[in-house]
Amino acid sequence: MRKQLRLSGSGGQGVITAAIIFAEAAVSEGKEAVQSQSYGPEARGGASKSEVIIDDQPIYHPHVEVPDLVLAMTQKAADKYYADLNPEGVLVLDTDLVPEPPKFKNIIRIPITKLAVEEIGKSLFANIVALGALVRITGIVDFESIKKAVANRVPPHTVEQNMKALQVGWDAVPEK
Amino acid sequence: MSKARLMQGNEACVEGALAAGVRFFGGYPITPSTEVAEGMAKLLPTVGGKFVQMEDEIASMGVVLGASLAGKKAVTASSGPGISLKQELIGYAAAAEIPVVIVNVQRVGPSTGQPTAPSQGDVMQARWGTHGDHPMIALSPWSVREAFDTAVMAVNYSERFRTPVILLMDEIVGHLREKVELPEASAIEIYPRRKPSCTRAEGYEPFTPDKDLVPNTANFGEGYHIHVTGLIHDDTGFPIGSPKITREVTKRLHDKIEIARDEITHVEEYFMDDAEYAVIAFGGTARTAYEAVANARKKGVKVGMVRLITIWPFADKAVKKIAEKVKGILVAELNYGQLVGEVERVVAGKCPVELCAKYDMTIFEPAEIEAGIDELVAGGKA
Repeated sequence: MRKQLRLSGSGGQGVITAAIIFAEAAVSEGKEAVQSQSYGPEARGGASKSEVIIDDQPIYHPHVEVPDLVLAMTQKAADKYYADLNPEGVLVLDTDLVPEPPKFKNIIRIPITKLAVEEIGKSLFANIVALGALVRITGIVDFESIKKAVANRVPPHTVEQNMKALQVGWDAVPEK
Repeated sequence: MSKARLMQGNEACVEGALAAGVRFFGGYPITPSTEVAEGMAKLLPTVGGKFVQMEDEIASMGVVLGASLAGKKAVTASSGPGISLKQELIGYAAAAEIPVVIVNVQRVGPSTGQPTAPSQGDVMQARWGTHGDHPMIALSPWSVREAFDTAVMAVNYSERFRTPVILLMDEIVGHLREKVELPEASAIEIYPRRKPSCTRAEGYEPFTPDKDLVPNTANFGEGYHIHVTGLIHDDTGFPIGSPKITREVTKRLHDKIEIARDEITHVEEYFMDDAEYAVIAFGGTARTAYEAVANARKKGVKVGMVRLITIWPFADKAVKKIAEKVKGILVAELNYGQLVGEVERVVAGKCPVELCAKYDMTIFEPAEIEAGIDELVAGGKA
């Protein structure tokens, strides 16, 4: 059942946090999970990538080899990180921040950051909106598990907004 | 409900050190070791310990030595240039027999190198980074759980042998988060700080070795006279310009580790029962090597893996045994070729030794090590 996810964007967008929460939700369901990350020396603005592998077997090599899903929150990330995507996989793009989608069979475009601003009030919630969408698209973890994982990690006074962000992301995934 | 949780290697290292009784951390943050300092800053005050952020890495090393002499189990953590700066005082700890653990979460070097990128380029620095003849213990975990376990071991060995121990992590494991279940506190063996067995009136000297060749040096502030110096000293702790003492002390510093070598040299073998070839790897790279070996097995290649947990002292016995059994050895390491020299020294021509090296700031892909295995099986490089 190995599933390999790559979340990418620019430093400060929260893709690493989103990947950690996804992995935490998987572990809470008893699954094996590893999460790794790579980023440049910059604190903000550099390229940022985080990978999650989920399996029911032990995971040794810790990096994604052939991703089943790539999330790209910037044009640069989309161009850089979709190339080795499983041809049957899915590329999830922030509609406004990736104006020129790469040529790929299965693309889901969601105005992630725009939704975060319009529905929750801050672009800061974009990663949690994305997480809500990823949970629905992948079907790897339950929506309830991701809600608990988010609530455990975010500051208590932001839990309500984060729950809303998850729901907004979930609802934004187009029906098949 | 299982106690399994997602945890980072650096965090597990903090948990392990605290579980082993560490109550002092002095450090200066540097990627990719910063989470060790962060975790210590957060957790030490909750267990009555102290966290101090010092002005630089040299001072960080000095302050942990002071804390250790005053009776606290102490740790510092750094990477790359920070570890280089600590070297003189690591030698001081070896000479003055001060228990201390230095966590090195390796990154690409030399110099500032690639701050956020993985490497295993400090293998030889761990052994020989500080000057002069001295023994060294270095441990390298391959998983988050083992980051916990080796942190416990590192603290215990530092106390048991009164010597600096390097926890030689790498960015792969340091920054990796994975599912982990930590042991109950009651299941963890802790080596307590050694205590003087008699008073000064009864003949106590701070550096008189016990039967295991390690002295039961008193902590500062417990009523004993103690003098600490990096100069060669006799049992009183005061310097002495004597060839005999210099020879004896230098030999004893080595022997105290050497006589326990088998016990502290931890090696794990995988798929080795019927193996005709072996891959030797350690730390985060061993995870990829494991996958490569498993893939090669599926293709029918009789290859196994030998994973070094203890890097120093080197696993001479285990490697020699393997060399007598297999047709070839591949050493996979994330550097230009360091451990391979030790392997060649021990194998001494009994079988071919090939190097699978990578030094481009990315980790191995399983296919790269598989290619190395294929070349080894095909009879070495052209």
